[in-house]
Amino acid sequence: MLGPSRYAPLVTAPMLITVAVLATTPLWLKQIGLYQYLALEIMIWMLFALGHNLLLGYGGLPSFGHGAYFGIGAYAFGLLQLKAGAGLIAGLLGAILVSALLGALVAAFISHRRGIYYALLTIAFGQVFWFVAMKWHSVTGGEDGLLNIKRPDLSLGFADVSLRSNEAFFYFALVVFAVALIALWRLVHSPFGRVLRAIKQNEMRASFVGHNVWLYKWLAFTLSASIAGLAGALFAMAQQSAYPNVMSLHNSGFVVMMVLIGGGLVSFWGPVIGALVFILSRDLLGAYTETWLLWFGLVFIGMVLYQPNGVAGVWQAWRAKRRTSLAAQNTLVSLPVAAAKEA
Amino acid sequence: MALFEAKQLHKRFGDQVVLENISLTFEEGQLTGIMGPNGAGKSTCFNVLTGRFRPDRGNVSFAGEDITGLSPREIASKGISRSFQIMNLFNEETALDNVLLSSPTVRKQGFSMLHDLGRNTAARDSAFAVLSRVGLADKADISAGSLSYGERRALEIGVALAAEPRLLFLDEPTAGLGAEGTARLVELIAQLKRQLTIVIIEHDMRFLFNLADRISVIHWGQVIAEGTPNQLRENPWVQRSNLGALA
Repeated sequence: MLGPSRYAPLVTAPMLITVAVLATTPLWLKQIGLYQYLALEIMIWMLFALGHNLLLGYGGLPSFGHGAYFGIGAYAFGLLQLKAGAGLIAGLLGAILVSALLGALVAAFISHRRGIYYALLTIAFGQVFWFVAMKWHSVTGGEDGLLNIKRPDLSLGFADVSLRSNEAFFYFALVVFAVALIALWRLVHSPFGRVLRAIKQNEMRASFVGHNVWLYKWLAFTLSASIAGLAGALFAMAQQSAYPNVMSLHNSGFVVMMVLIGGGLVSFWGPVIGALVFILSRDLLGAYTETWLLWFGLVFIGMVLYQPNGVAGVWQAWRAKRRTSLAAQNTLVSLPVAAAKEA
Repeated sequence: MALFEAKQLHKRFGDQVVLENISLTFEEGQLTGIMGPNGAGKSTCFNVLTGRFRPDRGNVSFAGEDITGLSPREIASKGISRSFQIMNLFNEETALDNVLLSSPTVRKQGFSMLHDLGRNTAARDSAFAVLSRVGLADKADISAGSLSYGERRALEIGVALAAEPRLLFLDEPTAGLGAEGTARLVELIAQLKRQLTIVIIEHDMRFLFNLADRISVIHWGQVIAEGTPNQLRENPWVQRSNLGALA
């Protein structure tokens, strides 16, 4: 990760590559035996995981109940459409707003905590929302959830674009994803992101040099919940429904696994890698065995024990090693040259 | 009027009285030493003065303003900075970034999500200037966690200085430093002495007697003696408690 005094460009090569690879999936995904909906789902999870990593990786704040805000976004989008007739943009903005508000409310109760107490409180609040979704039949539809959520047309002013096909909706979601990606990259490299990372490293020192630690933690949670809400709204459109399972403890756990496996603790790109690995494993391993999660869980345990910095950590370690061995080679080569010059 | 005044501070933890009726004044521009044996209450006193603990009774004022019971953040933003005895750095960040993150610029801009500190050359330069002051200019790009012990101690002071304080508290700055490190620290503090008000906790007598304008001796949670180093050498309390003999 770049340090605070290093300038971070607005758009980077990995960003362009990620978006370009995603953008071309309609051309080759079917050829390798996969399907377009998979790319859509992976992208939505990438967005959710990136938002979660703002807390876990940058703030060091373990939220183990983040599925709640993913679900709140999905339900909010569905309810706004079904009860208030909201269109595409209004529905998405509404979902972001509702998850931000509820996130802000929860954050107000937990931001003076950290570590295990923080984690437990996030689980508790997550379960509260899940329970509400299950039991408040008249609004949430109980266990069945909200069905028949539509993918509204995208109005461009001069023409309406239908998002009903998976390809069309995929491209729309890709634009949302790309914008969110740039915004999050900017955010983590802004003074806000820098101080947040300083708080993760040493909360006490951060307050003694004059930073309002509580407010940073509160804001980080609220922002993270709104990203989760945006991802959830896209998920509701993708699935054309919203149901309690979306905000279950499972989903809260999955997103943590994605962030850790990918290496969110050491890299901005960890969550992106993690979501890809997780959803692909689910589909590819899942095709062979129903117990894929068992095997994935074992890999996860191995990862946490031996490679706690995830895939991105392995990559960084390999690069650092290569750099030192290259540097060593260069000195070996340049030594005789220098000797020759002196002579 | 003194820059900083603490009046009749009391602090107890459970049934243990740690500070009993402590009053201290620190004059603008002076260097005050606080000394006393281990467990005398020096560190608790520091923690009460800098807002980590709230006193049970008594009050603290800074530049004529009552700051009793304010949070560390509020006290810091009024211009009081401190270093820690047990080191408290941002270990993954470079030395330069440790200082930068503690600067008033970042404190003001911290909630900005659009700025990029990497483009703020003024903030960077002043962070680098602080780093040079504490003798770490050539270590700017090394992460705090990889610095040597002595360098980390210097960075502790650098981070405290970065906030551009009017009053600087240093908690046992010589702890664990060898003779050479201590000598370098004396040099640094002698330079800072003219520029801001400093309060140092120490049990290295020689160090304090060399540097301080005034010294307060704390024992059993009370101030048992106060005065200039020369006055203290004469003080029967100090001599009886075998502190003067060392000086």
